[in-house]
Amino acid sequence: MSDSAINKVGATTGNWLDERLGASGVVKGFSRKVFPDHWSFMLGEIALYSFVILLLSGTFLTFFFVPSAAEVVYDGPYTTLAGQHVSEAFDSTMHLSFEVRGGLLMRQIHHWAALIFVVSMIVHMFRIFFTGAFRKPREINWVIGMILAILAVVEGFLGYSLPDDLLSGNGLRIAQGIVLGIPVVGSYVSFFLFGGGFPGEAFIPRFYTLHVLLIPAIMLALITFHLILVVVHKHTQYPGPGKTNSNVVGFPLFPIYTAKAGGFFFIVFGVTALMGALFTINGIWVYGPYDPSPIGAGAQPDFYMGFLDGAVRIMPGFVEFTVWGHTVSPNIFLPTLVLPGLMVTPALLYPWIEAWVTGDKREHHLLDRPRNQPTRTGLGVMAITLYTLLWISGGNDIVATHLHLSINDITHVLRVIVFVFPPLAYLITKRICLGLQRKDREKVLHGRETGRVFRTEEGEVFELHAPLSANDRWLLVGFDSPEPAQALPATDSSGVRRPGGALEKVRQKISKFYFEDRVAPVTPAELAEAHHHGDHEEISASGGGDEKHAISSGH
Amino acid sequence: MSTNDPDHGGDGVALQEGDLPARFENPGIPEHQHRMADTDPKAAKRAERQVAFLFVLSMVGTLVMIVGYFAVKMDHDLGFIDYLNRLELSNKLLGIGMAISLLGIGVGAVHWAKTLMPDEERIDYRHLQRGSDEVRAEAVDMLATGVEESGFARRPLIRNTLIGAMALFPLPGLILFRDTGPLPGKYLATTFWKAGDRLMLDPEGGPIKASDMVLGSVAHVLPEGIEEAEHPLNEKAKAAVLLIRLEEDLLAPESLPGAHGGIVAYSKICTHMGCPVALYEQRTHHLLCPCHQSTFDLTQNCKVIFGPAKRALPQLAITVDDEGYLVAAAPFSEPTGPSYWERS
Repeated sequence: MSDSAINKVGATTGNWLDERLGASGVVKGFSRKVFPDHWSFMLGEIALYSFVILLLSGTFLTFFFVPSAAEVVYDGPYTTLAGQHVSEAFDSTMHLSFEVRGGLLMRQIHHWAALIFVVSMIVHMFRIFFTGAFRKPREINWVIGMILAILAVVEGFLGYSLPDDLLSGNGLRIAQGIVLGIPVVGSYVSFFLFGGGFPGEAFIPRFYTLHVLLIPAIMLALITFHLILVVVHKHTQYPGPGKTNSNVVGFPLFPIYTAKAGGFFFIVFGVTALMGALFTINGIWVYGPYDPSPIGAGAQPDFYMGFLDGAVRIMPGFVEFTVWGHTVSPNIFLPTLVLPGLMVTPALLYPWIEAWVTGDKREHHLLDRPRNQPTRTGLGVMAITLYTLLWISGGNDIVATHLHLSINDITHVLRVIVFVFPPLAYLITKRICLGLQRKDREKVLHGRETGRVFRTEEGEVFELHAPLSANDRWLLVGFDSPEPAQALPATDSSGVRRPGGALEKVRQKISKFYFEDRVAPVTPAELAEAHHHGDHEEISASGGGDEKHAISSGH
Repeated sequence: MSTNDPDHGGDGVALQEGDLPARFENPGIPEHQHRMADTDPKAAKRAERQVAFLFVLSMVGTLVMIVGYFAVKMDHDLGFIDYLNRLELSNKLLGIGMAISLLGIGVGAVHWAKTLMPDEERIDYRHLQRGSDEVRAEAVDMLATGVEESGFARRPLIRNTLIGAMALFPLPGLILFRDTGPLPGKYLATTFWKAGDRLMLDPEGGPIKASDMVLGSVAHVLPEGIEEAEHPLNEKAKAAVLLIRLEEDLLAPESLPGAHGGIVAYSKICTHMGCPVALYEQRTHHLLCPCHQSTFDLTQNCKVIFGPAKRALPQLAITVDDEGYLVAAAPFSEPTGPSYWERS
């Protein structure tokens, strides 16, 4: 087609759409909207695209999957299971995997995409956390993201329960054990959830409706809102020359991001397809149908359930007790209900906690370098450490068999280090951040190392340092470094007691915890001072060319 | 451009001694560096060809997938191994074809954007999320007018009854879930076992003679007739039992009344979360639950010696019938399986 023909078709279509939808206004408003560029901004994209892949592949699966616990006899081509009594759910999953062309591929794509979905959400959230992208005005989006992550885990668990195989059945049995462990109402909740005793026949159709309709619909709505807010707020950007809190530097949505982000969807889908083609996942034919009696050793849930499983594994059993004829099982509800609550709540509230401590009411669109927020970064690494240790606990049997260690020893050790390592990780991370900040200061004040070593006539040896360019320097000095909140006198100037004094004291304490150890960015005056010192040495290192501004730190 | 952004206090303009600013100036966007394809027509042509090649590759991938779909037939007459090989081939052809088809488009589009579309950075300006003071005042006015017009504040009778109605109306929504299941009743406290039930091998079926249980042997057993129960899986989830024979003098005294010779039967359903406690370590006489590693000691009446479980595995008292087959001497004397509130 010639250019003029394309233009003509475009003009006709455009006119048609505009006269019906006012499309020209939308195009004018959005097509050249600027988005900043950074690899870490793609993490959320991966999550979004995985969700789309899940919808597409999942829809295909629903055409073959039969959500029913009714018993049938397996007589398909996987003859190892021939003659076994299985549920229609298991039978249809076997049929879908072995007899529908592309069925196995779609199942494996669906499962891999689910794992990629959760991983990318978690990593995306840590990117948001460490760079401070949750700060005003994005607190709501942070909460939406957390809810999405929790829903994704629930959705994943429901999904892998559906094929009704031995592995998922035992996972479900554990879930029912958790429900039974809820004080007072546990057995009632379990009976309502499963329509009677475990496993019963009701859970497959019920979980199916939750898995394919209710939860995806909620997630889709939340994702839509999440993305609308990204547009409303305009994307955050990393600090750098020319980037300010009141601009967005980047590339236009059309054509650059249409091509890049659109292309990236195909890349994520392509990689997922490749995984579905090459790596078997959730081979239910190996496990067989669910039966409450048999079980395999070394059974592992999908990775995102691992930390909960780990918490359960390292929880000592002696805490269970009976009182007035009732059994109370903290060994069950502490790790499975209380602990996730304790982990999620502070994370959910963190934007408000930090804003309260700093007293900062401003909008923030420039991201932090993690080192410039040592306490926040330390807390984040502390959370990651706790999560990782719990996750490792969830594989304590795998660790034991692979490292030839006693599972009891591993469990005892993990029981201690889940409490010891996270605070240690906090301290170490904070120290590393402060060290990096000092290194940044050093670099600004004394320039970068050139690798050229000089010896003066007096025999003094030093390395020449070259000053940073204004652009390089800006990254190291252009950040805010909050100071601890100053104690206000208990009474104001007219001698009246300040309201909220006790809370204010708490705030000051936390503020001190956050900002007491701080490394402030170099000021122009400090740099001038350093230059002033440096000039003396420059004379002794008389050389030509680029040493003109060289500054020594070699003494 | 000031050092800090204008919205953030503008420390940058405050001057210190010697007229140096308190903060550094933002140096502004660095000069744009052109790419090869921007300046060299040959490089641009090369990039164009690379993009087109990737799009062609995608077409090839799509063809591979289509051909793979029709060429590899899943034929039921094939033997087991051949069938599995055929399935693997089909899965690989379809998946790799699909991957090439998708990656060709994706990598092509990204390469196109990165090499040939303009890469000069553009700037948009942000504005505060909050509306201007005038707009806010107008909005407040509108809401106040609306509240006034509705009479919500002036007519407390309407307001209070509305609040009451809104508070009550979700209740039926909760009540509607009542019929999602029966009440637990005695369900969790009872099992399929009753006195005189033969111990049947699981899964192969068939009764067991006491004499068949040689020293050190283990059998998974279920009560006779469980397959005919209304919900066999539900019953199994409570009634599965492990049968083990060990030297009689190793057994704890409290195990002996329910034992037959050195043969003991214990619930296989973990008292922690209900997984089958299916791993028996013969040397130590420990039973291990593979889910969370709760460990039960057979020689101590299946007391918990490690892990997150609290209660011992309940023992099923056994004896032999007239024909020498092992039978339950009595039903379980306590609930099997995980703990729950009503359990005393």
